Amino acid sequence: MYTASDLRKGLKVIIDNEPYIVTAFEFSKPGKGQALYRTKLRNMITGLTIDRTFREGDSFEPASLEERAMQYLYKEGDQYHFMDNESYEQIVISEESLGDAKNFVIENLNVEVLLFRESAIGVELPNFVNLRVIKTEPWVRGDTSKADFKPATLESGYVLRVPPFIEEGELITVDTRTGEFSKRVKE
Amino acid sequence: MAENWSLVKRKKALQQRARIVQEIRRFFIETRYLEVETPHRIPNPAPESHIDAIPSDMWFLQTSPELCMKRMVAAGYEKIFQICRCWREKERGSLHLPEFSVLEWYRAGGDYRSLMEECEGLIRFAKRAIGLGEKIAFRNHEVDLSIPWERISVDEAFRRYTKISMTGALEQNLFDEAMVQEIEPNLGVERPMFLYDYPAQRGALARLKPEDPAVAERFELYIGGLELANGFSELINPAEQRERFQIENKNRQSLGKTVYSLPEKFLAELDKMPPSSGIALGIDRLVMVFLDVERIDDVVAFTPEEL
Repeated sequence: MYTASDLRKGLKVIIDNEPYIVTAFEFSKPGKGQALYRTKLRNMITGLTIDRTFREGDSFEPASLEERAMQYLYKEGDQYHFMDNESYEQIVISEESLGDAKNFVIENLNVEVLLFRESAIGVELPNFVNLRVIKTEPWVRGDTSKADFKPATLESGYVLRVPPFIEEGELITVDTRTGEFSKRVKE
Repeated sequence: MAENWSLVKRKKALQQRARIVQEIRRFFIETRYLEVETPHRIPNPAPESHIDAIPSDMWFLQTSPELCMKRMVAAGYEKIFQICRCWREKERGSLHLPEFSVLEWYRAGGDYRSLMEECEGLIRFAKRAIGLGEKIAFRNHEVDLSIPWERISVDEAFRRYTKISMTGALEQNLFDEAMVQEIEPNLGVERPMFLYDYPAQRGALARLKPEDPAVAERFELYIGGLELANGFSELINPAEQRERFQIENKNRQSLGKTVYSLPEKFLAELDKMPPSSGIALGIDRLVMVFLDVERIDDVVAFTPEEL
């Protein structure tokens, strides 16, 4: 059990039966009054952030999340199928729970699946993932009227801005934390 | 070889802090106060519901020098001040350190109103230490230090800044939440502000207001929403003080906290104390205000985490 004085950024706790992560924290204590712990909490299932103030006596259970190494297999409708690397057991995660990660999963990608009470609530991606560009405007050499970046569509369907020299069919590295172009991959 | 960057970066702030403390001392010397030192380690902290002392070999580290200093006032030391360390268990945040610096002063005669004026005088005097003018910048506010500063009762603050009344907030146990979230951010943003006349149960060592015993003659000073000082007209009736301590201890017990044995020597000497007023001011926070700094960490040499 945690008590309010254990609260800090990054702590994972159960509130109203759901797992939350503390994203902001401030200790307050008005003169002669009781200690208040003001927090912002992100629901790890829905992704929604709430403000909550706790008092000295409040206590809560730690949200123990299990991480399991899995491989992404394929998508069916809005269901994403993953396979446990050890047990070969297959699990399904909905597009909604996957959140932004859906933009970066490609077949055979190794990820960490987060499980809360045996059900998958999301994945943790590697910081950098290589994806192929399937659609972008060709580069017109010497054309300086265009901006420094142009849109490109990746094999996952994700659209991002890339430098003008990137051509269709090329492999690029994307930073999954920011969703931005990182570098061109030499094949 | 590792250079301690946080310490290197704080050098200017710590130099200014030293000058501010020296100027504070000069103010009290010029106004003929006696500087005193009382023990940091004491057998009985004053029982207050929400102030927890750190144990130290059967005794405790002081949460404030209040009891010893009042015994001195009772013994005829009429104007005394002290700059010392205090400790409060588990208080840590961007505005709190479990070990912090306090300026505390007491004066025989006078009440909380005359204390407010003295407080204005001290802070206006101390600001010269680092060359501040009439207007200072703090937390994106421009605060005008020219006197008189604003004075507003707690009851009025509830009416002005919240939808709930002070009495309603106390009944629903929402007093502290309303104070922190709705009231405090508005206090002292144009001029420093004294918030005064706290509910009686929020001033265990303060005199109740003769014409309205539901409130205690206690005030807090705010600048830019930051609470800086807590002062009051002293309660000097030993029987009433004992009863108030017992109520506080009862609250502590119901909160599952350590119950403190009563400071009997203090209670025995209290009836010799003349009508007096006393105040504690957070030195670290005053430095934060003068230097326009957001985190208390940046005005001390070491935080506990850095030791």
